[in-house]
This record gives sequence, C-alpha cells and structure tokens, in this order.
Amino acid sequence: MGEKLLMKGNEVIAEAAIRAGCRHYFGYPITPQTEVAHYMAKRMPKIGGVFLQAESEVAAINMVYGAACTGVRVMTSSSSPGISLKQEGISYIAGAELPAVIVNIMRAGPGLGGILPAQGDYFQAVKGGGHGDFKMLVLAPCSVQELYELTVEAFNLADKYRIGTMILGDGTLGQMMEAVEFKDEENIVHYEKNWATNGTNMERDHNIITSIDTNPEILESWNLRLQDKYKQITENEVRVEEYNCDGADLIVAAYGSVARIVKNVIKMAQKEGIKVGLIRPITLWPFPVNSFEKYAEVTKAFLTVEMSAGQMVEDVRLAVNGKAPVSFYGRTGGIIPTQQEILDKIKSILNR
Amino acid sequence: MATVFKKPHALRDVPLHYCPGCTHGIVHRLISEVIDELGIEGSTIGVSPVGCTYNNYLYFNCDMVQASHGRAPAVATGIRRALPDKTVFTYQGDGDLAAIGTAEIVHAATRGEKITTIFVNNAIYGMTSGQMAPTTLLNQVTTTTPYGRKADLHGFPIHVCEMLATLEGTAFIERVSLHDIKNINNAKKAIKKAFEVQLAGKGFSIVEILSTCPSNWGLNPLEAMKWLQENMLPVYQLGNFKGKDLEV
Repeated sequence: MGEKLLMKGNEVIAEAAIRAGCRHYFGYPITPQTEVAHYMAKRMPKIGGVFLQAESEVAAINMVYGAACTGVRVMTSSSSPGISLKQEGISYIAGAELPAVIVNIMRAGPGLGGILPAQGDYFQAVKGGGHGDFKMLVLAPCSVQELYELTVEAFNLADKYRIGTMILGDGTLGQMMEAVEFKDEENIVHYEKNWATNGTNMERDHNIITSIDTNPEILESWNLRLQDKYKQITENEVRVEEYNCDGADLIVAAYGSVARIVKNVIKMAQKEGIKVGLIRPITLWPFPVNSFEKYAEVTKAFLTVEMSAGQMVEDVRLAVNGKAPVSFYGRTGGIIPTQQEILDKIKSILNR
Repeated sequence: MATVFKKPHALRDVPLHYCPGCTHGIVHRLISEVIDELGIEGSTIGVSPVGCTYNNYLYFNCDMVQASHGRAPAVATGIRRALPDKTVFTYQGDGDLAAIGTAEIVHAATRGEKITTIFVNNAIYGMTSGQMAPTTLLNQVTTTTPYGRKADLHGFPIHVCEMLATLEGTAFIERVSLHDIKNINNAKKAIKKAFEVQLAGKGFSIVEILSTCPSNWGLNPLEAMKWLQENMLPVYQLGNFKGKDLEV
C-alpha cells in the first residue's frame, strides 16, 4: 500500500476518480456533496482534465452522456434532489448503454428535505428512478477507505458492462474525515470501445449512439439484451460483507454508514450475551440475495436498520421469503439512529 | 462527362422519412455539402434532437449521437470537451431548442462552446402533430391554439437569434430562409461560415433556418412556401446578427 492520508469522504471520491483515469467531470452545486466539485475544479486543470460547472443537474448529466459517447471515463456527483433531476439522463444512459459513474451523497427528503444524512433514495437507486426497464449497478461504501476503493472499481464496472454505475453514500460518509490509504498503482482495466462516437476518420462506417427504435420487435430485442446483461451482473458482481453471522440469534441488515453503527451494537449485545450478526450489502443492486437465503434457514430473526422509512427492508423480505421474521427500525429527517435505539429494538424482538 | 450534380458523401444514400414538401431534406443536404467541402466528415460528430429529425443520425455519414429532448447543446458540450480537436454540431427544432431546451442553448452559447447549432424554425411542433411552438406566430392556428395564438394567453413568438446575440460567448449568428433558390444558397453560405467559425475556435455559432411544415400547417408545399414568405419573414428578420466579418 502507498500513501496514508486524513481526508474528507467527498474529496476522496474525487481523488479516486482521478486515480481511476477520469478526466471529465460535470456537476452542479448541492449540499452535502459539493466538495467533490471543489476538488475537481482545483485538480482537473492541472492534469489536463475537464471540470465544468453546468447550468443545471439536467445539463450536467447530459454532458456526462455526451462525454461518455466519446469513450472517456466521466463522472458527475450530486445529492438527492439533484439526482431526481438527473433521472431523465440516467434512463438515456441505460438505454444507450453508456458507461458513466454517478455519485449520490444522500440527504433527507422528500422535496427539498434537509441537508443532513439519509438513505431515502434506495428505491430510486436500485429500482430505477427513471422511466423504462433498466438497472444501475449500485455500490454502497461504508468508510472513506471504501469510498476510494469502490469509486475506482465503479469505473471498471461501468466500462466492463457499459452501464451507469452509482456510488450511493450519505451525508455522513461524504462529510466525515478518516484515514485513507491509497495504492501506489490503481487496478485500471482497459476495455475496447469500438462503439464510441469519436470521429470515423474515414476509416470505418459511422457509429450511432441512440436509445430509440420505433420498431417494437427491435426495441424488445434491445430490452432483452439489457436484461441479459443485468442477469450476468447479478451472477458475477454481488458484493457483501457477512459479519458475525454464524450462530447469530438475530441478523441485522444495514448498508453504508448505518452498518458501522450496527457493528458497535454487535459488541454491546455481546456483553449482554446476545449474539447478533450483520449482513452488509456492498452492491445494493445486484442485491446479495444468497446471503439472506443462507442465513434465513438458521437465524431466529432479521432486523433491517436504515435511515429511511423502510426501503431496503423490502428486498430483505423478498430474499428471506417468509422463512424468518423480518423487522424494521429506521429514522428519517436526517436523524442517525443511535446504538442504544438499535440494541433496544433487537432486545424487544428477541424478548430479552 | 463532367459531373455537375451528385449526392454529397456526408449524406447517406437512404430514403428520408420526411413528409412531402418538408424542408428538412434541404437542410440535410446543405449540411452535408458543407461537411464535404470542409473535408471534416471523419472528424465530425452530430447530435440529433427529439422531434421530426430524432433519427436523422441515419442520414449523415459522420458519427452521430441521439440526445434527449432539448439537451443536444449539453450533449454536444460533453462531446466537444472530451474531443477538443473534433467538430460537433447539433440539429434542433423550435420546440426542442426554444422551449424545453432553452436553458441548455442559452448556457452553451454564453459559455462560448465551440459547437455549431442548426436551428430549424417552422413555427410549429411537427412530430407530435401541430401544437403551438415558442416560435408560433400571433393568431396562428395550431392544435393547442385552435382559436389562434393570443398574446395575452400564450405570450409572444420568441426571437432566438436576437436573444442569443446579447450573449458575449456567441461568435456567429445568422437567420436564413429556404423559400427560394437565392435564399437556399444564402443558407448554405451561413452554415459553412458557422462551421468555419467553430474550426477557427472562435466560439458558439448558430444558424436559424426558417422552414415549412406543410403537413401541420394544412397547406400544400407551394402554399407553404408562400405562407412562410408572407407570414414568417415579417416577424423573423433575415440576416446576420453576429460574426459577419469574423476572420476564419
């Protein structure tokens, strides 16, 4: 490993993108992710890259679409209300099968909501917030170190599958400072992009990037191709952390910063003689269904904890498929659940 | 035997899907002739809009990208910033550019993006069957102004060239028309200059082209040409608004 630095989460996202070979960033200011743009604005001109502050979130995602068409690695970042505005472009990116990295540092909603951390955009991220049958690959880091590693990986995955890849964090992660250890050299995987619209140079037929066809048979064949790709991703790209699950009386499902709180709860519970495990989905889509299926046979109960009114819990219930009870505990409005609240909930479920 | 007329290389040899008498075909040909003359087919990327020309990516031999409604200038910005040595143009109608895409065109223009916009103004929404466009004339009947466009209810026609000419980032702005041979020749000159301005790195260039929509105007092609002359020319003044004497 290389350099170890104390850095803010948002800045690490930007640095990681640059290390992954991203030289094009288009964005619009919104709290609590704006430091990504600040960092890009400072660094990009010095390394021959492009930082452009767009007139709107809508324009920013369409600039991403345009740059992605040329085959370069490109990123945008925003927070919840801004991501809502980007949904049109995200759907087009899916339809045109373009690789792009989109960062959502979630804040409380709905509407203008508040600038404090939340996880209320889970449905939007994993169920397709825009129109049509599409998926994004959604990565959920839980530390500044993981923000770095998963951002680099997001670019590889986006290129590999020609898919919009989202880093789904929350205001806690974006704003916190933590030690991060950068590698001396990144694992940048290069993919041939012979589909890119970067000029024919009179040496090949023209390339076309589009998401429309008015012939229903052709459009359905495109949809089937997308679904086939999603199937491959589901089979090959699931990432999950299973922590303390073997022999657990109860398993908590949590992602991102909430999962870290749960790890402390596990220690508190241990002192009281309660064995609690954690399943932490790192890919929210594809969802780690197998982990839940496996433990549904042996654990007494599941508890999903989120900074939302209950969104991921629906996927947990689908995965557990009635084999064990699934409870939910969540806080909204920008409130982070405390360790004690979560422990009390666990005890009430187990009648302890 | 000397060849005096042929299809431009930049225009693909495929049938166009436009209605009889529609002027989009002329615009396609003019752009293609200019691309040929400047020798830039291999280094040009075009951006198609949403509207009647949504799939005109099928008609040009250069690389083509389809954009969502109104966002072509933002998409072109992304392409041009990623490929600073290439030529990028957008092809947009009046609903796409002057209604849903107003923010994108204004900001691409004010940033001085080195792109060229071909803006086709036929005073109506063609693709969705004849609704009021931002450029629809006062008293013009459309499917959403069945009693005519009234200033107090629907506002006034928007003058895109005049508006964009106020922005410092714009380098070349001209409004042309396609109602006769002389004007078609002028249109080609303006399109060529607009591309040359981009090639010279001078900034944003746009050509607004007054065009006909016989199908949605409810006129035959000849009547439509006459309607353009009698009704659009008095409202949309032809000529150069910026960059006439720019050295390119």
